[in-house]
Amino acid sequence: MARVLINLPERAKRGEIIEIKTLLQHPMETGYRLDSNGAKIPRDIVNLFACTYNGEEVFRAELFPAIAANPFIAFSTIATESDELVFSWTDDDGQTRTETRKIIVE
Amino acid sequence: MPIRRPQISLSALGGGEGRGEVGEIQASPDRTAHLTLPVADATGPLPLPPQAGGEGKLGGYRPTRRWILVAAAGAGLPSLAPKATATEATLAEAIRELTGEAPLERGRVTLELPSIVENGNAVPLTVSVESPMTEADHVEAIHIFNQKNPQPYVAAFHLGPRAGKARVSTRIRLADSQRVVAIARLNDGSFWSDSADVIVTLAACTEQ
Repeated sequence: MARVLINLPERAKRGEIIEIKTLLQHPMETGYRLDSNGAKIPRDIVNLFACTYNGEEVFRAELFPAIAANPFIAFSTIATESDELVFSWTDDDGQTRTETRKIIVE
Repeated sequence: MPIRRPQISLSALGGGEGRGEVGEIQASPDRTAHLTLPVADATGPLPLPPQAGGEGKLGGYRPTRRWILVAAAGAGLPSLAPKATATEATLAEAIRELTGEAPLERGRVTLELPSIVENGNAVPLTVSVESPMTEADHVEAIHIFNQKNPQPYVAAFHLGPRAGKARVSTRIRLADSQRVVAIARLNDGSFWSDSADVIVTLAACTEQ
């Protein structure tokens, strides 16, 4: 898996609702397309995305082939305390890409 | 479904040359020449393409011809789309699998989708649910379904009171102009939904 873009504020007030935008570079191959020889291109998608904050899961998404390539997911969470947010994407092979971002809560 | 089929087939028979054939069968079953004629005509002009023509060659199979008419009329949609696609039925099934016996209520959910999409490969979608998102009253999950992609599922988002607000965005693929349905499950076990119709000019998923 390749590049990841994560957009969230560096600082937030305690109790503030922050918006998080994530994008992972991934073909999200549906398994329904044919290659130039007419053979099916095997399915290869990210089927699970999760975000934990302070070790607790705050958001999880099950994804299907109907999600566009380079899956973009935006959601929100409440800034509770200065800690790490861990984002993870799991693909069909069970491989997981993990990214960590810090947030300062005042 | 079993109710709808006869309705469609009846109208097809009544409207087309089928009615005449039925009359002929009842009047004199041995007039095979007359029975083949309208079929030979039928291949020429509009209504029933190859099935009626191929059938005509068999001549004697009068009930079969009617059954083919019924099958062609009743099963019209699936036969036009030979690929395995989600349909109204699979969509309803997928929704029932989620909601079970619980009623599906309209409201509280807002599904934002463009009404006309030039490229079905990446269609922005936003779902928001009116909810205080407190421990006592919050949205547990938001499920997205579609009507005509190869499978009815699009995504399922799981959230809770820590989300602060129930609002999720993503980008989806649409293989055809179709309806998209968003269903929110609340922590009290109720289901709320909203749907949006999208016209897609360039399809995604199965093309290429």
